[in-house]
Amino acid sequence: MKRIAILGTGNIGTDLLIKLHKLSYENIAFIGRREDSEGIQKAKSLGIQTSTDGINFFSSNKNFDVVFDCTNAFDAIHHYKILKKLDIKVIDLTPAKIGEICVPCINGKDINDIDNINMITCGGQASLPMIDAISKSNSDISYIEVISQIASKSAGMSTRINVDNYISTTEYAIYKFSNTENCKVILNINPAEPCVYMQTTIFIKFKNIDQVSFEDIMCNVYKRLKEIKEYVPYYELVMPPMINENDILMLSVKVKGSGDYLPVYAGNLDIINCAAIKALDYL
Amino acid sequence: MSKIIISDPSLRDGNHSVKHQITLNSIEKYCKFADDAKIPIVEVGHGNGLGASSLLIGKSLHSDSDVLRTARNNLKHSKLSVHSIPGISTLDNNIKPAIDCGVDIFRIATHCTEATLSKTHIEHLKNKDIQVHGVLMMSALITAEELKNQAFIMEEYGAEAVIIMDSTGTYMPSDIKERIQLLIDNLSIPIGFHGHNNLGLSVANSLIAAEYGALIIDACICGFGAGAGNTPLELIIPVLEKNNFETGIDFNKVIKEAENVLDYLVPQIPVANPVNILTGLNKLFSGFEKPIIKASKLYNIEYSSLIFELGNRKLVAGQEDLILEIAQNLKKKNDNSKK
Repeated sequence: MKRIAILGTGNIGTDLLIKLHKLSYENIAFIGRREDSEGIQKAKSLGIQTSTDGINFFSSNKNFDVVFDCTNAFDAIHHYKILKKLDIKVIDLTPAKIGEICVPCINGKDINDIDNINMITCGGQASLPMIDAISKSNSDISYIEVISQIASKSAGMSTRINVDNYISTTEYAIYKFSNTENCKVILNINPAEPCVYMQTTIFIKFKNIDQVSFEDIMCNVYKRLKEIKEYVPYYELVMPPMINENDILMLSVKVKGSGDYLPVYAGNLDIINCAAIKALDYL
Repeated sequence: MSKIIISDPSLRDGNHSVKHQITLNSIEKYCKFADDAKIPIVEVGHGNGLGASSLLIGKSLHSDSDVLRTARNNLKHSKLSVHSIPGISTLDNNIKPAIDCGVDIFRIATHCTEATLSKTHIEHLKNKDIQVHGVLMMSALITAEELKNQAFIMEEYGAEAVIIMDSTGTYMPSDIKERIQLLIDNLSIPIGFHGHNNLGLSVANSLIAAEYGALIIDACICGFGAGAGNTPLELIIPVLEKNNFETGIDFNKVIKEAENVLDYLVPQIPVANPVNILTGLNKLFSGFEKPIIKASKLYNIEYSSLIFELGNRKLVAGQEDLILEIAQNLKKKNDNSKK
């Protein structure tokens, strides 16, 4: 079994830890910087090895195969330089965009040799499987727009200072997977109570709507839905693809969480963590 | 006489009421007038600010850079300002290009509970020595105390002023008194107020804001803005001056322009129609008016029941996609109850 460390003890890191623990992964180290962080306390209660040395932990603990970087897009760049020298692979859950971008159901099989795998963003993991499925049926896409809303309570400070990175990394991944340069990503952090579930809406404009086969799109979308549900169990298509009066295809997906760390509204944590664990399988 | 700085977002908030289709020609004409009338700050752009042109909120007729350059070329004395919402605009995609277009003031806006989202953008602009203000939208949704805490966060990041927006047009004069007083007592930067006219109180609320110490008041020509419109410029200037405030604006030019704009900028003077009154009472974003009408027509449901449901769900700007979904669900509910 791979020796794993989680770097960063915020919402993402702690949820990931609980998920790996549930899957009976052993030899996990949970590394943060503050002894009083809620995540560290949670890890201790689970009997997990913890440290508050941050990235310095690895200078005296080199025997790890994979580090999940759950910090933020700025620190992740520095962390990778150090971990690369130590020959430790990184699964990056920040939108740092330094590694090979990965959506498991699209390119999971191609990542086994890569030493830094970027899990893009929650909005990317929610939208790209559908965008890929649609672009495979009709490649003549002229514009893609992706709007995600997440509950304010699920957005920690790293998410908040990384909103620009969230947008640029998601836009980059859309371009990489769909070859569509013209795209726009919006992130809406919603404070409504009770907390809103993570929801992502996708708009797609085609160069020539007359050549679009709606049947092919539906077929690919539902096929893909099945594949993604294998590793993100609570992924739902809440508004199936429809073409509106302006010839624009739109669809919405909702991601509920499994409630491992934050309550079920925090599907944004679940989807990126489920994807990261799936990526670990491919390494 | 105490001084009030009028900031005029006609060319930004007004875009909401014309589906973000204000032309470069209108921008040029209006900026020439504003500059000539000595309006201190002119805000331009898509209704939701920089980078907001989208299928979700509405595509702009012109690119941000064309709009900003046109305004810049026609403003010699007035400062050029933009609205910018983190999560919609980014430093690289939108703010840096806007700096290159010569924008003087950036107003970094977040939902009233989400001031921490403004950190990166405010700090970046502050470090570049570019004037940056914080804006708290939908501010009627939280208590005065919470609003003060959020405004304080923006001040700490480096905002040189904080503007509270009554995006829903919900405030009573007593709310304004309480909030402005608390902000003035606890913050050391200027406070601004941006009113909407859903309940017919934009002028009264702006005057109260000024009386309790707000320095910046937003006002639009003919109230040209989302929903029921904003505080009308041609009304607030004389009202402020009658109450011993000084705006430095040439009122004669403003009153003439309030007629001229009907020919080139304002197709219809905003009034508080029943939808606006209901969104005001239900604390919903004024910009939801058109999506609400569209969705209620599409699914053949009463807009009053849709607005009530949206209010229950506490929808915020940027969630236009949910309006259709909620309308669809109401329709299903109605159909089921008929069966």
